[in-house]
This record gives sequence, structure tokens and C-alpha cells, in this order.
Amino acid sequence: MPFKDKLYRLAKRLLVSTEEAEDATQEILMKLWSKNDNIGKYNNVEAFAMTMTKNFCLDRLKSKQAGNLKLVHSNYGDDNSSLQNQIEANDSVGWVQKIMEDLPDQQKMILQLRDVEEYDFDEIGELLDMKPTAIRVTLSRARKTVRERLMQKHSYGIG
Amino acid sequence: MELDRIEKLLEKYLNASTSITEEKELRTYFSQESIPTHLEQYAPMFQYFSMAKEERFTKQVPIPKTSETRRHYFKWVSVAAVAVLMFGIYFGKEYQKQKEIDYAYNETKKALSLLADNFSRGTEEVAYLNEFENAKQKIYNSN
Repeated sequence: MPFKDKLYRLAKRLLVSTEEAEDATQEILMKLWSKNDNIGKYNNVEAFAMTMTKNFCLDRLKSKQAGNLKLVHSNYGDDNSSLQNQIEANDSVGWVQKIMEDLPDQQKMILQLRDVEEYDFDEIGELLDMKPTAIRVTLSRARKTVRERLMQKHSYGIG
Repeated sequence: MELDRIEKLLEKYLNASTSITEEKELRTYFSQESIPTHLEQYAPMFQYFSMAKEERFTKQVPIPKTSETRRHYFKWVSVAAVAVLMFGIYFGKEYQKQKEIDYAYNETKKALSLLADNFSRGTEEVAYLNEFENAKQKIYNSN
């Protein structure tokens, strides 16, 4: 599946933990597979899969909160993906990831879809069921927040 | 000039009114080494986005075989069904034949026994003839 990386990245953006994101992606791919026969009915499989991923992850997060389980962000140390190594090599780039983790889910998703996956507003609107103007406002807010926090970190000179 | 443009683009970027191509331009701009100090703070943002896009899903997904195996299952079941059907037809034919042979045998037996009956009746008649012969012989002898 050519867009499985996108699904995974979105899942990771929302769930933070690598293992959880992998599990979620796997689950989504299995579901897609089981729908293999009538998948032709969906005119845009990628958008369909992304929406599935979004809903799946949000459900996950919700059930986590309901169970009073806090997501544990403990996967920094043992992760050996190349991205992690690159980020460790460049502290301030790593900050961006941490800043993004603290954003509200909606802002996270929009920032992910727009600035990482380079989706246009129509596609994002379809995925998140939002109007383009609302997306613009949220995106602007998210970008400004990231920049602000980044500047704060810069001026303190600490990570 | 270039710097001016980038600054303008940044402002547009923060207001979320840049196009995809303009955002690409910003990303390539900030991926280079020499960035003016007052714009340096933006660099990690764009560098992170480019980097995040490189992340790959590496876990192997076990391909669920349900539909596949089911298809195979149906295939073999149909093969078995055809085999059973053919055996059934073959043995049915055989049984039919056996029955016909039995019937023919019984008919023949019936016909033969009818023949035998008539024959024996014939011999009885012939027995009378014998009596006549005996009587004739007696007459001859006495003469």
C-alpha cells in the first residue's frame, strides 16, 4: 500500500508512541484488506484510509482518557529509527516534535497533514470534516504556537 | 530581494495563506546552511517537517489470508463434490445394469420353466402312446 507511511505518520502524530502507532497502522491496513473486494467503491482510497486512521486514533485516545491512563511518552530512548537519531543529533529540531505533541489534536492533525504531508485545504477539509476557513484559522494558530514556543526555547537556550 | 521575499512568505505562512508551492520554497530555503540570524529560529520548524516526512512504516504486516484460504476451500470442496457426483453416476449405472440382468435372468427362468412344463405334459401324452404300443405288442404276441 503506497500510502501506509502516511497512515503511520498520522497515527504517530496522534498517539505519539511508536508501538501504538505501528499497531494502529497495522490494524487499519488489515481492515482495508478485509474490505479489499469493495474498495473500488471508494473513489479515493487514500483519503478513506486517512479518515479511518484519524478516527481510530482519536477513539484510542478517548478510551485511554476514559480509563484514566495517561499516554506514556517513554519511547524516546529505545527507539532506533533513523528519524530519532537525526533528531537527537539536532536538538532544536527535536523541540519541534515535542512542541507539536503538546498541541491540541485538531492542530496536530492539520499541521501534520499540511506541513508534513502537503495536502491541500480541500483534502484536509474532506478528511477532518471542516470548512477551509476553519482549517486556515486552526493552521495559523498552530504554526504561530510552534514558532512562539520555539522562540522561547531559543531565548532560554535550554531544551 | 530574496530575503525580503522569504520574510513576506513567512508572514503569509503564519497566517496560513501560503500555497503548497510557496511552502515548498520555504522548506528548501531553510534546508540550506547559511540562514540569516534573525530567521534562524524558523529553521528547525521546516527542517523538522521535511524530516518527519521521511519516517517510514517498517513493521511487517501479516497478510490476512481469510479470503484467500476461503477461496481455496471452496475450490477443493467443488472438486470433491464433482468427484462424488461422478462416482455416484458410475455406481448408479452399475446398479441399474445389475438390476436389468437380474430381471432378464428371472424372465428367462420363467420362460424356460413354462417350456419345461409343456414338455412334461408332452411326455405324459407320449406315455399313453406307450400304453397303446404295449397293447399292440400283446396282440401281436397272442396271434
